[in-house]
Amino acid sequence: MQNIQKLEKKINSELTTKIKTSKINHDQLYFKIDHEDLINVIIFLKSNQETKFKQLIDITAVDFPEDKKRFKIVYLLLSHENNSRVIIEYSINENEVIPSVTSVFPSANWMEREVFDMYGIKFKDHPDLRRILTDYEFEGYPLRKDFPMTGHKEVRYSEDKKKVIYEPVRLEQNYRNFEYESPWEGTKYIKKQSKKDE
Amino acid sequence: MSKHSKTLNLNFGPQHPAAHGVLRLILELDGEVVEKADPHIGLLHRGTEKLIESKTYSQAIPYFDRLDYVAPMNQEHAFTLAIEKILKIEVPIRAQFIRVMFCEIGRLLSHILNITTQAMDVGALTPTLWGFEERETLMTFYERASGSRLHANYFRPGGVHQDLPRGLIDDISKFCINFPKIIDDLESLLTDNRIFKQRNVDIGIVSKQDALDYSFSGVMLRGSGVAWDLRKAQPYDCYDQFDFNIPIGKNGDCYDRYLCRIEEMKESIKIIKQCIERMPKGPIKTINNKITPPSKKEIKESMEALIHHFKLFTEGYRVDKDEIYVAVEAPKGEFGVYLISDGSSKPYKCKIRAPGFSHLQAMDYLIKGHMLADVPAVLGSMDIVFGEVDR
Repeated sequence: MQNIQKLEKKINSELTTKIKTSKINHDQLYFKIDHEDLINVIIFLKSNQETKFKQLIDITAVDFPEDKKRFKIVYLLLSHENNSRVIIEYSINENEVIPSVTSVFPSANWMEREVFDMYGIKFKDHPDLRRILTDYEFEGYPLRKDFPMTGHKEVRYSEDKKKVIYEPVRLEQNYRNFEYESPWEGTKYIKKQSKKDE
Repeated sequence: MSKHSKTLNLNFGPQHPAAHGVLRLILELDGEVVEKADPHIGLLHRGTEKLIESKTYSQAIPYFDRLDYVAPMNQEHAFTLAIEKILKIEVPIRAQFIRVMFCEIGRLLSHILNITTQAMDVGALTPTLWGFEERETLMTFYERASGSRLHANYFRPGGVHQDLPRGLIDDISKFCINFPKIIDDLESLLTDNRIFKQRNVDIGIVSKQDALDYSFSGVMLRGSGVAWDLRKAQPYDCYDQFDFNIPIGKNGDCYDRYLCRIEEMKESIKIIKQCIERMPKGPIKTINNKITPPSKKEIKESMEALIHHFKLFTEGYRVDKDEIYVAVEAPKGEFGVYLISDGSSKPYKCKIRAPGFSHLQAMDYLIKGHMLADVPAVLGSMDIVFGEVDR
């Protein structure tokens, strides 16, 4: 506990201009930065003799559609020597391109590909920015909040064509999102199936 | 005549028994030497993280069983710990012991599967047959505690779902006496086996620095000589009360990783034995009915209990606005959950950090310059399960 406060002070004093805010929550360090400073901050944390955050644990994004800056990008780093974790975050607009950290941590390659795949965020200088988890020729970014739960396309084997084909999703029953916090307001249906059919 | 070389592209998988699931590996070969490997993953992608966002916290737990399906409870552990830390719930000591015991059983399940299938990938069939018999016994323990062999859904924020049935502790204790003999049998088949050593020693060497750079964790990291285990470094639940060692490797090759797993199984048995010896009595979940459901008997008698039960299984409990990253030492490495809650009863965001994802990423680095026949050996020693890689 003492250790982590010392570390917070140390990093804050070394990177005063780069760090916007810092806090300790659940024994973990949180830093807010600007995305232009990302590479410098990461290199400092990795190579400094006292911080030694030598392992990149994960990169992810969070979607806040109502916010001015829509996406929050999160980097999780781990230091074996200090036995501590640090979480670096910054917010960006929808179309902003952010720097890739693959030059510092080779393992960032797939993690950034996943962020690109799921949120559509583009990374500058990434060696191989392809989709990773979704299907070949997939459209849309599934983890964005405005992507429907049911998706857009479904797959089935067509007996006529003797192959697997893609079709727009047809729901036999509407996807129901039960709102138990106020049950009398009913369900929000994602499409008005019954009216169309009439 | 001039000697000209041509690289051959080979599609390995997705339906190949040595691909350990649905891995599609595109290999560039020069003769028999691999020049480049490009793993295509995502063939088992089920959108777990998206699904979790639309479910209540308790409905999300079963998804964790389906990630690394050979050690389900270790994953549930990470998620329940994350919720517990945000809600600041105390877990009764008996529940902690039960959870640690089942996590170690999960570690045995995973390591038995990995060691024996790795042996099968390089040509030995018998270890698989012997090992799977033991896995079956272990899964019976899962079933007796949780009601199902694989997808346990047993851990809950605040404890476990139900108490252990009578006699289970005795049977696990008997298993712990017999199992070291089985490990010895497996070792007599593999450890000094000439073919097994030829296929694994000096194959897929990872240096200390590269293991760190490629975000390796678990055995992949320890095999390269980094003494790092979250159970020791950042103990969760009651791991700090047990006496166990962290085996580490020296050369960082496939053989060292195999040896590490064998030793880890022995340490797991040690932990399970200590759990059984010291298993305390008492409640198995917190008695706060805002989080854990009341007993069936109470529901029949008390109106308040009935309301609690109804609210818990419709709306679910609300989790304060917070953000946290919690990691546990799963059999394959550091399994983490990055959870953002927004005060409602559903997670706003739940990122799952799967160890296999970063291990598989290093496939190209590990296999470059090796022979085609080494691909299954390296893949086997990485301990890949596609449930967690693809999520």
